Amino acid sequence: MPLAPLLRREGLAKLSGREQYVDDLDIPGALHGITVRSTSARGTIRNIRFDPEIDWSSFVIVDHRDVPGLNTVKLIETDQPALAATEVRHIHEPVVLLAHPSRRALRKAVRAITIEVDPLPSVLDFTVRPTPEQIQHGSDNIYKQITITKGDARSILADAPIIVEGVYRTGAQEHVYLEPQGMIAEEVDGVIIIRGSMQCPYYVHTAVCHALGREADQVRIIQTPTGGAFGGKEEFPSGVAIHAALLALKAGRPVRLVYDRTEDLAATTKRHPSWTRHRTAVASDGQLLAQEITFLLDGGAYMTLSPVVLSRGMIHAAGPYHCEHISIDGRAVLSNTVPFGAFRGFGAPQSLFAVERHMDRIALRLGLDPVTVRQRNLLADGQTTATGQVVADGVDRQGLLNRALSLSDYAAKRETHRQFNIDTPDRRRGIGLTTFFHGAGFTGSGEVYLDSKVAVAGLPDGTIEVRTASTEMGQGTTTIFTQLASDRLGLPPEAVAIAQPDTAVVPNSGPTVASRTAMIVGRLVQEACDDLRRQLSLDATDRGNDVAEAIRAWHRTHPNGLLLGQGHYRPPPGIEWDEGTYRGEAYGAYGWAAYVAEVEVDLRTYGTTVLDFVAVQDVGTVLNTTLARGQVQGGVAQGIGWTLMEECQWEDGAMTNNQLTNYIIPTSSDIPPIRVAFQETPYPHGAEGAKGLGELPMDGPAPAIANAIAAATGAEAAVLPLTPERLMADLDR
Amino acid sequence: MQLLINGALHDVDVSAEMPLLWVLRDVLGMTGTKFGCGMSLCGACTVHLDGRPIRSCTTPVSAATGKAITTIEGLDAEGDHPVQRAWQELNVPQCGYCQSGQLMSAAALLETTPHPTDADIDAAMEGNICRCGTYVRIRKAIKRAADIKAGGGR
Repeated sequence: MPLAPLLRREGLAKLSGREQYVDDLDIPGALHGITVRSTSARGTIRNIRFDPEIDWSSFVIVDHRDVPGLNTVKLIETDQPALAATEVRHIHEPVVLLAHPSRRALRKAVRAITIEVDPLPSVLDFTVRPTPEQIQHGSDNIYKQITITKGDARSILADAPIIVEGVYRTGAQEHVYLEPQGMIAEEVDGVIIIRGSMQCPYYVHTAVCHALGREADQVRIIQTPTGGAFGGKEEFPSGVAIHAALLALKAGRPVRLVYDRTEDLAATTKRHPSWTRHRTAVASDGQLLAQEITFLLDGGAYMTLSPVVLSRGMIHAAGPYHCEHISIDGRAVLSNTVPFGAFRGFGAPQSLFAVERHMDRIALRLGLDPVTVRQRNLLADGQTTATGQVVADGVDRQGLLNRALSLSDYAAKRETHRQFNIDTPDRRRGIGLTTFFHGAGFTGSGEVYLDSKVAVAGLPDGTIEVRTASTEMGQGTTTIFTQLASDRLGLPPEAVAIAQPDTAVVPNSGPTVASRTAMIVGRLVQEACDDLRRQLSLDATDRGNDVAEAIRAWHRTHPNGLLLGQGHYRPPPGIEWDEGTYRGEAYGAYGWAAYVAEVEVDLRTYGTTVLDFVAVQDVGTVLNTTLARGQVQGGVAQGIGWTLMEECQWEDGAMTNNQLTNYIIPTSSDIPPIRVAFQETPYPHGAEGAKGLGELPMDGPAPAIANAIAAATGAEAAVLPLTPERLMADLDR
Repeated sequence: MQLLINGALHDVDVSAEMPLLWVLRDVLGMTGTKFGCGMSLCGACTVHLDGRPIRSCTTPVSAATGKAITTIEGLDAEGDHPVQRAWQELNVPQCGYCQSGQLMSAAALLETTPHPTDADIDAAMEGNICRCGTYVRIRKAIKRAADIKAGGGR
């Protein structure tokens, strides 16, 4: 039975201006905070000069000496200081914090502080081997190196008659969530309470406990409605929260630390730039014989999540194809730029762009249709991925491809474009295809380590409250969890409340990342509902009023009692993963997709317009069609931006176009009709058969559009973004 | 100075060059209008001045005196303006942060262009950025709102 449809639960609040984002909260007596940042790419801090023209006694001033715990933003590593102490590693690195009642006074004060630095040699190009003077991490600046080996690609390549080679590059991408980063911190009765915009309350909790030297019950993190995140509020908010807490403790008052747009664009994490080389042995009929792939990521100045981004990128690097011999070598390396971090897709969009652009070049080289090359190699059930994972999910991958071809009218358009390009002197049309996959949930044993927990509370009035740390940031968590709990217990949606993620109230259901929320946490919500039913001695036929009445009766006999159904993650059977060799079940489930883009390139301006876009995917059972379509259309829109227009410009490792005047993201007029179709093969271990969805649609647009541009113009289209300037240089080569 | 906001008069003691957005949010506590960029580039802060959509983040409050200011809170007393109804019906918002601005721009468009084409919509709405990418649904919802309006739903 499909779930009953449900409109977005917080929709009306968002349409009437009533939804309270962090900067909308009225906190009496709160000061404003601001961050003073390094203006040097790398060096030793010699002195911090405060202009005597300003009366500094009216400011709360915090530096590294005010950090009571470990001076670090704890994540995988502890290499990133909360506030730089003796050295800086990138422009915009936080050094000093200020608080004051007046925003205007703060802005003036920031300009009156000079951080004097004795410069050291910096690394600004991650593809170049560093000199000894540039080493800042380990012995080689490599954050993480991974090798994936299947078969013996080297031997096959040594004897192969046809080898296709290519190098592909992608640039940084800014998240540009419309609500900037923001936190409000205060201390109440010895507990540091921090409210703010975030994806992962328990990540923030861990980081604040470490830096502030507090026990877990002395820190309380509350997520406020979050105005977009896309990965940009996965790890970055931990530092903002630490800063707000440091200021609040020193001020003895609440402090509001909300970023300005220019600061947010310049100083926050971005999508990792990448460099990928493919060497592929192919048969003349297009069959992949051996794939040798090198994958490099720019990690930026601190490690953050780069090892995990590298890992996901590499696992997706060979594409959704069967090949007996695969060798993938990858490294994430340091550079003296702002740290790169989580962004929707998490390494997979980069490596999939490379392999999918490469597949079209293989087709070109062999004189085959790009469709044929994909049909010949798409994974079939029983075949194995690069990590040796046997695919056996029953998804009709050839069917997905065929549906995308028919919905986009692919074959006919190829013909009409041929004629159009003869008849039209200054414009070129083309159509491009990509087939791809995206692993849902944490990689390998990651979900086991997360040890996610969910609770469903039965309340005295017979309603329930779903308690998870999974956040609503626009993707629909609140609505999906309501649907799942409502369906499971037969209660109307109005009888289901979704608790605000507050670490003092909700158990740790893991971070809201990796397309895991509906599939994995949603499943735990169902299990917690079942557990609640068991505790009430109800059976599966008891629904609706029976459940509500049983909850009320329980409370009559247990005054002030806590009635909690619990869900606790257990891995599906047969999941084996070896972190040492990178062999085994990399992900519990994969979403599969075929996307087609049709473009027109103006040969006078070299501007590209996406005329039409078709997105066909199998993400298991679709729980809420409108929300799912919204995720796909939104991912495609962000993908169009990354492919055609979004380009961070760098100077000395700092983003110089940190304004929406010159960092251009798609508007209404850049987005074509996006036609979305789902093929639904239920995943038995996901909530109601659902697999992850949120990130998949970020993977497909870049290769589909680049392949379409190549088909239209003959461009190499190997470097993103394909701005008019870059495309002109490409075609003039 | 005196401001007429959503039909009510407010006395505010602020400097003439303070952006209208900060008067609304910080001085009057009307937080439905959002800060997105502070440079008229994203549209999140859109309000109406005498019915015309303007960016309140770069409009000095002095430019708003003597004019009727309408914010998302006052678009309709019941939150039942045709654009709000259409947006709800088609489940438009995702993160929601840009939607106050989207709704204000759309409402203004329908006042001057009761039955907008896709081109009219793109021209009127392209200053309102939505990073969640709800553009496809916004286009649909504007047309739906036009129908609601034409059908007597104001």
